[in-house]
Amino acid sequence: MNRILKKTQLSAEVFEMEVEAPLIAQNRKAGQFIIVQIDSEWGERIPLTIADADPKTGTITMVFQTVGASTHRLAAKNVGDYVENILGPLGNPTHIEKFGTVVCVGGGIGVAPLHPIAQAMKAAGNKVIIIIGARNKDLVIFEDRMRKIADELVIVTDDGSYGRKALVTEPLKEYCSQDPKPDLAVAIGPPIMMKFCAETTRPFQVPTVVSLNTIMIDGTGMCGGCRVSVGGETKFVCVDGPEFDGHKVDFDNMMTRLRAYKEKEEEDHHVCHLELQIESMEHKGGR
Amino acid sequence: LAIPPQEMPAQDPIARGKTVSEVALGYSEAQARLEAERCLNCKNEPCVKGCPVQVPIPRFISYIQKGDFKAAVDTIKETNLLPAVCGRVCPQEKQCQLECTVGKSLKDVGKAVAIGRLERFVADWERENGKVTPPTVKPRTGKRVAVIGSGPAGITVAADVAREGHEVVLFEAFHKPGGVMVYGIPEFRLPKSIVQAEIDTLKKMGVKIETNFLVGRTRTLKQLLEEDHFDAAFVGVGAGLPKFLGCPGENLVGVFSANEYLTRANLMKAYDAKKAATPIYKSRIVAVVGGGNVAMDAARMALRLGAEQVHVIYRRTREEMPARAEEVEHAMEEGIVFNFLRNPTRILGNEQGRVVGMELQQFELGAPDASGRRSPVPIAGSEYVFDCDTVIVALGNESNPLLVKTTEGLVVDKKGRIVVGADQKTSLDAVYAGGDIVLGAATVILAMGEGRRAAAAINELLAKK
Ligand SMILES: Cc1cc2nc3c(=O)[nH]c(=O)nc-3n(C[C@H](O)[C@H](O)[C@H](O)COP(=O)(O)OP(=O)(O)OC[C@H]3O[C@@H](n4cnc5c(N)ncnc54)[C@H](O)[C@@H]3O)c2cc1C
Ligand SMILES: Cc1cc2nc3c(=O)[nH]c(=O)nc-3n(C[C@H](O)[C@H](O)[C@H](O)COP(=O)(O)OP(=O)(O)OC[C@H]3O[C@@H](n4cnc5c(N)ncnc54)[C@H](O)[C@@H]3O)c2cc1C
Ligand code: SF4
Ligand code: SF4
Ligand code: FES
Repeated sequence: MNRILKKTQLSAEVFEMEVEAPLIAQNRKAGQFIIVQIDSEWGERIPLTIADADPKTGTITMVFQTVGASTHRLAAKNVGDYVENILGPLGNPTHIEKFGTVVCVGGGIGVAPLHPIAQAMKAAGNKVIIIIGARNKDLVIFEDRMRKIADELVIVTDDGSYGRKALVTEPLKEYCSQDPKPDLAVAIGPPIMMKFCAETTRPFQVPTVVSLNTIMIDGTGMCGGCRVSVGGETKFVCVDGPEFDGHKVDFDNMMTRLRAYKEKEEEDHHVCHLELQIESMEHKGGR
Repeated sequence: LAIPPQEMPAQDPIARGKTVSEVALGYSEAQARLEAERCLNCKNEPCVKGCPVQVPIPRFISYIQKGDFKAAVDTIKETNLLPAVCGRVCPQEKQCQLECTVGKSLKDVGKAVAIGRLERFVADWERENGKVTPPTVKPRTGKRVAVIGSGPAGITVAADVAREGHEVVLFEAFHKPGGVMVYGIPEFRLPKSIVQAEIDTLKKMGVKIETNFLVGRTRTLKQLLEEDHFDAAFVGVGAGLPKFLGCPGENLVGVFSANEYLTRANLMKAYDAKKAATPIYKSRIVAVVGGGNVAMDAARMALRLGAEQVHVIYRRTREEMPARAEEVEHAMEEGIVFNFLRNPTRILGNEQGRVVGMELQQFELGAPDASGRRSPVPIAGSEYVFDCDTVIVALGNESNPLLVKTTEGLVVDKKGRIVVGADQKTSLDAVYAGGDIVLGAATVILAMGEGRRAAAAINELLAKK
């Protein structure tokens, strides 16, 4: 049982939660994730990146976007409530070393998992350039925290409501065109964004690391549900990843696989919204 | 030999295809005593030699003949801690019952004394009548043992080591203990309440269970031994790395490993779509590739989840199928279609990347291979298209590399199986291993047998320390 100690709403759809998980806080490294299950009987197991951790207080921080039933249920929890099951830290830590200049690109919620990586890259002595992208101003998260780390910070929004009106690939391309070009790019965000970041860096031959967010169950290599094709080979994201060479990932297949349960998810999401609405109405009515 | 073999009552094949409740209903008292009467109490005990853990079969059956069911179950438990499980899932027709004198003289293994069913009967009788006596635990020794993995191997070690008064912590990666018995083998074959009862017994013996704990990640084996003061460890992490076909199309939407399909259905309870948050793929025509227990479980589960047609695709023939005979019979009764001497060469998808069929190649049986079974030989040019929307791959499991990868100095063989000596000791001091991680995908009873040996070695080691 993991108690929720802190909860902050970062934007309309994004929540930050600090939960008790002393062992995970102690052993985790940048790039690793957890699997969260709200209740043992009927809950779904969903993967979330460890956005931050404090071994002293024995807590970890997760930042998540409410996209479906399970993330909505998690968002409905409050300080003092419990999350029944948290397994982690899972996956291989990010390979951190002094590369030189590292461009870190975060799209939407992807900025949260990017944060510990950027932090570690900076600590290893790299020059760190950070590009944050979001659909609009409301969805920009972690700006202050990233600013503390970044040697250079660029913010772009799809609609121009904040920062530059552009997609993240635009500034990424500009950095790649500079001389000397960056030594490494790290891109985390929606699959489509990671795909186009990899396409952007490919002609410049800038090595590009992406962190994949496939559907998972166990997170231990037992089910194969998280598999992706990387360089023509089948890999399991939970144990072989989550980070891979972006130039080798078959993103199209990955995106297709993410849509496997579309129908059921939409139905649940709908029901979930109704339930939450009813709950909040009851709440109001009761007061 | 005048008494006919007692059939075990089962649910109606058509009705049961729609529920997940247990198919085989078990003997009544009268049936059990009649079946027990068929045993000749052979002096040379051929059946005992067929059992991997040497259950004293004639002795326990003679107690059933006398109606002393408690004595019967206690006799089994001298060597087999999980009779309710083994009675249900052991491939008896290849083990104890294969050697039975009665079956041999009637020239039909199917007519051997139903040892497994009798075992199940007394174990159920004990549990249902509240007669389970948790083993007595010796005074605390202050020594600590870490058991990693809560499948049959881990459960056996935990019980045997706790009995000696050592403190045992059982670590399990999943949120529920039980290993394959809870995530793989379906409810309709092994009710989860039976596994839970065994776990409850362990808790009563003082065993601590840490779920959501992945050894190698949450803590490494080295941390457990060096920082957390465990005096010995047992590794029973199972096989758990699914094999795929290695043919084009295996990553299409609608292709699953049996592990994934069954975990969604069993552990995550996706069979109850209204309550469970975990989704399962909606299928009309399901093709299951493979011929073992895992394939039978996946096929029968798909039927219960509402598929209109379920096909098993197997390279050889019924004779060579490794699945338990009873499971194959049940699957056939339920209307699952068997396509023998076939194997997929590729999986076909539509524009949305979803499965729409498979290309199957036909086979014929050739000379016997290393396993002694006649080997399947492909017939050139025999490929044809088979329509289906779901493919479940049940070709077995290889060793999960995670624990080995994170444990320096743990020696494994070419297939990633942990190498152990006769007492189950690994290349590391005070670290023992057993079950599927040593044997490759094997059986519940073999995993337990290895657990027993490992526990004896651990107890001996700790007595000296
Ligand atoms: C290693 C890893 C780390 C992750 N880290 C984070 C994180 O830090 N914060 C965060 O908000 N999310 C993260 N995700 C994604 C997160 O797991 C999903 O958003 C979550 O499972 C959705 O569950 P749901 O029941 O709310 O939505 P569902 O109803 O299951 O899905 C709703 C929609 O979201 C999409 N979706 C489903 N699963 C995923 C997925 N795994 N990734 C992306 N989209 C998905 C589907 O297209 C679907 O239409 C991570 C995923 C992985 C594999
Ligand atoms: C679908 C299916 C049907 C089967 N049917 C039969 C049958 O009818 N009869 C029969 O005899 N056998 C059957 N088997 C085989 C049998 O289940 C296995 O041989 C047996 O369960 C092996 O036991 P085990 O203790 O070695 O491991 P498992 O039962 O595999 O348990 C291992 C446990 O360890 C956990 N684990 C793994 N890594 C770690 C880690 N690093 N840290 C913590 N925990 C970890 C896993 O989550 C798992 O719970 C079947 C198997 C399957 C998959
Ligand atoms: S444990 Fe299995 S093989 Fe041994 S007697 Fe029981 S059913 Fe037969
Ligand atoms: S071989 Fe058969 S008949 Fe003989 S003791 Fe064993 S079970 Fe009884
Ligand atoms: S989530 Fe099951 S193998 Fe990766």
